[in-house]
Parts: sequence; C-alpha cells; structure tokens
Amino acid sequence: MKSIKPKIFSLQNQISTEDFAPLDPSYYGAETLETEEVGFWKASWRRLKNNRIAMFSLLLIGIIVLFAFIGPMISPYAYDQQIRGDEGMFPSLKHLFGTDKLGRDLLVRCMIGTRISLAVGVVSAIIVLIIGSIYGSVSGLLGGKVDTVMMRIVDIVYSVPEILLIVAIKMVIDQPLEHLVSSVDFLMPLQKVGSGLIAIFIVYGSLYWVGMARIVRGQILQLKEMEFITASRVLGCSQKDLIKKHLLPNCIGQLIATVMLQIPSAIFTEAFLSFLGIGVSAPMASLGSLTSEALGGIYSYAYRVISPAVLISLIILAFNLFGDGLRDALDPKMKK
Amino acid sequence: MDLWQKIIKRIFLAVISFLIIITVTYFIMNMVPGDPFMSDKATAATQAMLKEKYGLDQPVYVQYAKYMWNLMHGDMGNSYVLQKGRAISEIVTDSFAVSMQLGVRAILVAICVGIPMGCLAGLYKDRAPDSIIRVISAVGISIPGYVIAAVLLIVFAVNLRWLPTSYGKPGGSIMPIITLALYPSCYLARLTKASILEVLNQDYLRTTRAKGMGEFTVIFIHALKNSLIPIITYLGPLTASVLTGGFVAESVFNVPGLGRYFVSAISSRDYTMIMGTTIFYSALIISLNLVCDILYQVVDPRIHMN
Amino acid sequence: MGAEIKEEILLEVKNLKTYYPVRQGLFKKVDVKAVDNVSFSIRKGETLGLVGESGCGKTTLGRTILRIIEPTAGEIIYEGKNLLQENMHEYHKKMQIVFQDPYASLDPRMTVADIIREPMDIHKLYTDKKDCHAKITGLMEQVGLNPALYNRYAHEFSGGQRQRIAIARALAVNPNFIVCDEPVSALDVSIQAQIINMLEDLQKEKKLTYLFIAHDLAIVRHISTRIGVMYLGHLVELADSDELYHRPLHPYTQMLLSAVPIADPDESEKRQRIIPGGEIPSPLNPPSGCPFRTRCPKAREHCSRVMPGLLEKTPGHFAACHEV
Repeated sequence: MKSIKPKIFSLQNQISTEDFAPLDPSYYGAETLETEEVGFWKASWRRLKNNRIAMFSLLLIGIIVLFAFIGPMISPYAYDQQIRGDEGMFPSLKHLFGTDKLGRDLLVRCMIGTRISLAVGVVSAIIVLIIGSIYGSVSGLLGGKVDTVMMRIVDIVYSVPEILLIVAIKMVIDQPLEHLVSSVDFLMPLQKVGSGLIAIFIVYGSLYWVGMARIVRGQILQLKEMEFITASRVLGCSQKDLIKKHLLPNCIGQLIATVMLQIPSAIFTEAFLSFLGIGVSAPMASLGSLTSEALGGIYSYAYRVISPAVLISLIILAFNLFGDGLRDALDPKMKK
Repeated sequence: MDLWQKIIKRIFLAVISFLIIITVTYFIMNMVPGDPFMSDKATAATQAMLKEKYGLDQPVYVQYAKYMWNLMHGDMGNSYVLQKGRAISEIVTDSFAVSMQLGVRAILVAICVGIPMGCLAGLYKDRAPDSIIRVISAVGISIPGYVIAAVLLIVFAVNLRWLPTSYGKPGGSIMPIITLALYPSCYLARLTKASILEVLNQDYLRTTRAKGMGEFTVIFIHALKNSLIPIITYLGPLTASVLTGGFVAESVFNVPGLGRYFVSAISSRDYTMIMGTTIFYSALIISLNLVCDILYQVVDPRIHMN
Repeated sequence: MGAEIKEEILLEVKNLKTYYPVRQGLFKKVDVKAVDNVSFSIRKGETLGLVGESGCGKTTLGRTILRIIEPTAGEIIYEGKNLLQENMHEYHKKMQIVFQDPYASLDPRMTVADIIREPMDIHKLYTDKKDCHAKITGLMEQVGLNPALYNRYAHEFSGGQRQRIAIARALAVNPNFIVCDEPVSALDVSIQAQIINMLEDLQKEKKLTYLFIAHDLAIVRHISTRIGVMYLGHLVELADSDELYHRPLHPYTQMLLSAVPIADPDESEKRQRIIPGGEIPSPLNPPSGCPFRTRCPKAREHCSRVMPGLLEKTPGHFAACHEV
C-alpha cells in the first residue's frame, strides 16, 4: 500500500484512497461464532438442569413413582388385607403409617392411593395431549369458518363445570358397570377401580382437552404467519411437510410444558372427588378417600389423616414445581 | 359497533352453554336405572300412583319439556329424599344464602391477601419478600382444600382447642374461610405478580419516570391500573373454585350450605336435588364468567384503540 | 446499424390487481387495493428496483408475483407462460425470494445445513449424502459463510450472516429470478454494503434477474438497471436508474428524491426541497383520479377526475401524470 508523502505542516487528515483498498473477499462473513453449538433440546435441558427447584421436584417425582409402584411389592401386606389384632394401631415399626380401624396397613394403602393419583395424572395427560393437540392443530391449520366453529364448540365445552358432570356420569354408570363387570371376566380390574374413577376418566376425556386445544391452536396460528413458513412454501414445501417439519417441532416445547401442568390439576380433582365419596369405591384406596375415612376419628387418630394429606400435597407440589420449571426451560428462543 | 357485537355474541354463547348443560345433565340423570321410589316400602300400586303423580310414567321428552317449562317459571320440582316434598328452589335459595355468606367473605379475603402479596412479590422481585411469597403460593396452590381443612381442624380444633369444629358457633367461620381462600389467594398472588412485572417493564412507564414523577405515582397509579386488567379474567374461575371448594369446606365444618346439601344429595341419590343444584351452579358459573368476559372487553385499553 | 438488440423479457406483469376485502363496521365490506392495475416487464439479467413509501404495495407486488398472495385480477407471465394457470411447483425452482427480516425468515429449530438442504430435498437436487454436503458447503462459501459452521443453528448467527443463509437457501434451487424484498433494510449499515455487493457478484456469476424492493433510494440506485416508483398501489414512474435520478418526471418521485440526504453541505444547500402537503391517504379510501393529487403541487381539477395512465413521456421513461 503506497502512502503519500506527509505534508509536515498540514492540519488535515493525511489519508489517500489507497488506504481504503477493499478487503480480501475470503474475509467476508467468515466471522467466528462466539457461542458454542447449542441445539434447542440441549439448551432447554441445560436451563432445566440449572433450575435447582425443578431438578429437586423431578427427584421427588421419581421417589414418589418408586413409592407407588415398587413399594407395594416390597410391603408384606396387601392394601385390602385386614389384619386381625392390628386394628387402630399408631405408627410403629410393624406398620410405619399405622393401621386403620379395620386393621389394614396404612402405608401400603397410601402407596396404592399414590398409584391411583399417578395413574389418573398420566392417563388424563395422555388424553389431553392426543385429543387436544389434534383438535387444536386441525382448527388452527384449517382456519377460516372451520376454525371459528371448532372454537365455539371449545368455548361451550369449556364452560361446563366438570365436577357436576362427573357426579352425573358416575351415578349413571354405577349399576350398569357392575352388571357389565360381573358378566365379562377380563373387565374385573375395572370393578376394583370403581365407577367413580371411570366416570372421572370419561369426563376428563370429554372435557379436559379444551385447554390444550386452545393453546395449540394459538401457537399454530402464530406460527402460520411467520415468515419462515412462507419461505418454506415458496421453496415448494408441501402442506404435510410443513406441519411435520416446521409447525409441530416449534410447538412441542409449549405442548410438553402444558401437558405437564395438566397432571397436578387432574390429580387434584381426583383426590377432591374421592374425598367427597364420588371417586374410587371401597376397598380401593385413594389419597382422598383415605383422608375422608380418617376424618371421623380425627380426635384420637390424627395420624390417619396426616399421612395421606401430606402425601397428596407433596405429589401435587412436585408436579407443579416441575411443570413450572419445564415451562421456563422450554421457552422458545425465536430471536437473538 | 364492534363492542356490542362481541357482547351479544357472548351472551348468546352463554345461554346456549347453559341450555346444553341442563339438557345433558337431565338426560344423564334419566339414564340412572331405577327410580326414586324403589327403596320405598310401597306396594306396586302405590308406586304406580306415585309415578303418575310425579309424571314419571310419561316418555322422557315430555318430561323434559315439562321440566324446562317449569324451570322457566323458577320451579325445579321437589326433593324426593332429603326433605321430602319441599320445593327445591326453596332449598337452594335458603342454603345458598349460607354458602354465599361464607363464599363472599372468602373471596374478599382472597383478594385482600392475594393481590397485595402479588404486588410485593413483583416489586421486590428476587429479594426476600419475593422468595417467601413464591414458596407460600407454590405450596398454597398445591394443597387440596380438604387437606387444609383437615390440618386446620387438627391444629386449631383438636389440639389447641381454640376454634370450634362447627359453623354457627362464634369463631366457627374462620377455618372454613381460610380453607376456601387459600388456593385463590395464592393463585391471585402469582397472577398479580406476573401481571405487575409485565407492566413494570413497559416502556411507557420509563417515560413516566423520565418525566420526573415519583416512584410512588409511577407504581400505584399507572402500573397498578393496567396490571389489574388481566386479573379480571380470573374472577370467574375464582368464584367457581370457591363454589366447588365449598363442597369440601361445608362438609368438613358442618356448614348448612348448598355444597353440603349437594354432597348429601349425591350419597342419598336425591336426583331432583342433584339436578336442581347442578342447574343452579351452572347458571351461576356461566353468568359470572360472562360478566367477567364482558368487563374485560370493556376495560381492555386495546379495544378502545382503533 | 443502430438496431437495438431486443433483450429477452423474463417476466411480464399485466394489469395486476391484488385487493383485500376488509370489514368496516357491521355490514360494510371495502377492498384495500394493495396493488391496483400494475403493468411492467423485467428483462433477463436486469435488476428492476421498486421503491415507494410504506404501504405503497411494493411488498405485496413482490409476493403476488410469486403467488404467495393470490392476485385478484391480471396476468403474470413468466418465460411466456401465465403463472396463474400453472402449477407452481416447477416454478419454485426458477423463482425465489429473499425476505426482509433475517430473524423471522429462518426456522429457529433448524441448522444452516437443514435450511439450505430443505429446497434440495423438495426438488431432489442431489444424488447422495456426499453430493448434498458438497452442495451445501459450496453454497455457503459462495455467500461468504464459513462452511465449517453448517451444523450451527440459525439463531447463533448475526443478522448479516442470517441473511446470507437466506440467500444461500434461495440459490439452492438454481433459480433465474429472485425477488429481493428489502433484503438489507433490517441490517446494520456497514453490513448492507457487503450484502449488496454480494448480490451483485452473484447476479453476474449466475446470470440472475432481480426484482429489488427497497425504500432506501441510494441503495436502489446502485444496484438497479431500471427503477419503478409506486404510490398507493399504482406504478407512477418507470425509467432507467440514472435517468430517474437526474430527470424525475412524476411529482412524487421528485418529492422522494428531494428528501434523500446529501452528504456535501454545499450541494445540499443548492438542492430544492419539495415538501409535500398533507399525509398519505388511507388505502381504504384513496382519492379519486390520480392518487397523488392530494399532495401534489401540480394538481389540477382534471387530476381528480381521470386516472393518469403510465405513458411513455420520453424514450424508455414512463410516468403517470397529466401535467408532465
């Protein structure tokens, strides 16, 4: 690069056009990236890991699952086993949670109750996920009049107070269920579970999915307008591939977080109903029914109330905290 | 105009929802095998006569039409089991008066406790008040109502003997109110906190500060006003949760309200009572949701911008 | 001697109209005439610049040509065929677009390789994995991206780099026509020049034809062979770049040009600013006759009654004005 001879007494900037020769083209854009490689799932997982509360609640959930499923296998007692001579015992080494007035070991009953809560949570989550996301995405994708009609239906379903419906359905299927079960053998477990629980599942299936449908539809509507979707269309992307490769992957974060938070709400409702006597039927134990059974003896046998009460609160709390953490971690990073 | 259009649409939807609920519940109730007189030790002839008296021998659709007709005149039939012969509408009104007393107080408590808690948590974000409130509200929304009721009973009634176990006696309403108000207060606290934070970060508040107005004015006049708007949408679900929470609170604490009645109606299979209560609750919840919905439309500033 | 070589016309737009129905109040439905009876043609290898203020319809026009938005009336003739009667799938290989916002036009869940590979997957443009990878890295180099970064996610790049990715994606199908919809408006000024130069280099190398939509007149002048000026959905002037700058005929163009800042203070003083009166009318209620008449210093009664057509005022220079 030539430079001009400097004028010693000049006050001006001594620059010439040679000082501004263009850069070597290989320099263009070959900037390095400061951040390390980070995909969506890895980044979310990292955020989740850093959230101590969420990790702790995940651990808690793990313990609860073990408690519910492995516990009864280890316990020497069955949940409906009435042990003569052990009625009404306070917590002791033989019966860690004590026994109820019929001599049934409360620890194992609590474990079974936890199993029911978890089952309810998981089944409702699955129902909500499948029905809700399909309904919501169809509505969002088709748009226009179809979308309007579908959302009106959602509005109406949303306003039905589900508890009332559960009660109503339970009363209806109570006896027919008994008949059905006694005639067909392999449906036996249904009877153990009780008409109340079946009613709960029916109602969950028919009502609970609307929240999810709304969220999924909202997400899809938002995404549909995004430029990268338009870009893919111009590239020639088919409708099917658009959904598969672009819309769904961008929704999944929200989907998972919402489903996760669905679980504690379902567990809450089941416990509540069982407490009122509308859920599981005796001798099956639900954390709610255990509490209501124990309520009568609260003056002398407070321990019978405490264990299922604390347990249910722990379960719901754990799922709530984890769901919150998951939602925060999956927050999609759309912009820089 | 646009606003009226929306309001009318919503009212229309609400009415339809209500009708659908009634119809569905009615037909479900009718599917229950057996009729109310089965347990009565009456002869077949008496049973037939009773059936005719109550119109149960006519086809379902006719019964339905009659029921709806009566409903429009405020007649929900009579209770068959719990209080034989007494008009359900009467039962409902009387017992709901009690429930409402309890419920309204619970809602007030929830609002007076929850919203300030949320404000505190938002203003002192990430500091001590926020952490404490976060913990309290996370726990508060996870504990089912009956657990709170049970715990309160054990601690205050059984062990400490400070409070009576039944409603009606002095101090008897404290525990039911706490039971009903806990979940909503915590939920409101979370909602308010999120709402305040969102508003506090908005640029228009920065301008207010830049103008030199004191922090107090900034927060209380401008921020609060706007952050209260999303809370209005919660008022509907809030009342619904207090209502359903009432089932438990009234049962545990012996409150002679509609919730307790409903629960006993279920166990004694008083179908007309169940039907009547369902209708009443549905109407209540739907209308409250409607009112909140409309209020929100009116108050949302974005609607006024055209 | 002196016979002009008639250059091949790649794209011809005839009487194109794109209207959006909009509901006003309870019962009235009004059309927003985003593109109102626009006609022009683009020659192979040239760059047609399209300028105008926000809301003039230039973006809608660009998208209508690619049938992202369906036109209400008119014809779009590409390589002799009317696109409106064709299945667009084949044409997606020939016509592409680069969007304005590099943050919105790339799927945040995809890596650079995924993004560039997508069009190649759709149109089956590679033989095997090795070939695909070679093509991807080749494209990345062409747009000035370090090919080693092909596995990174779009959100890890800066705005300018993301735009390069978008351009690489558009080039993956080997198009001959690209609509550049304000490709540098969202970028830092120092990056803008790099991207523009790259677009020019690519055009020369691959013999591309551009429709370059922008609102920055200086940039448009640099890259375009001809420039069209739009106002409220109408094409009001069309001429070669230099011709338009030195001798703008339409009062609106004159107004636009007078607002361009000139660095040299002496030159700037010499120039006459034309300040328009009034504001841009609402597209829901455009003025009758000539749309610009409400702000035009030369407006006369005639202008409110008859819509001026885009007529050739001097050779190769078209303007839609009665007073010129």
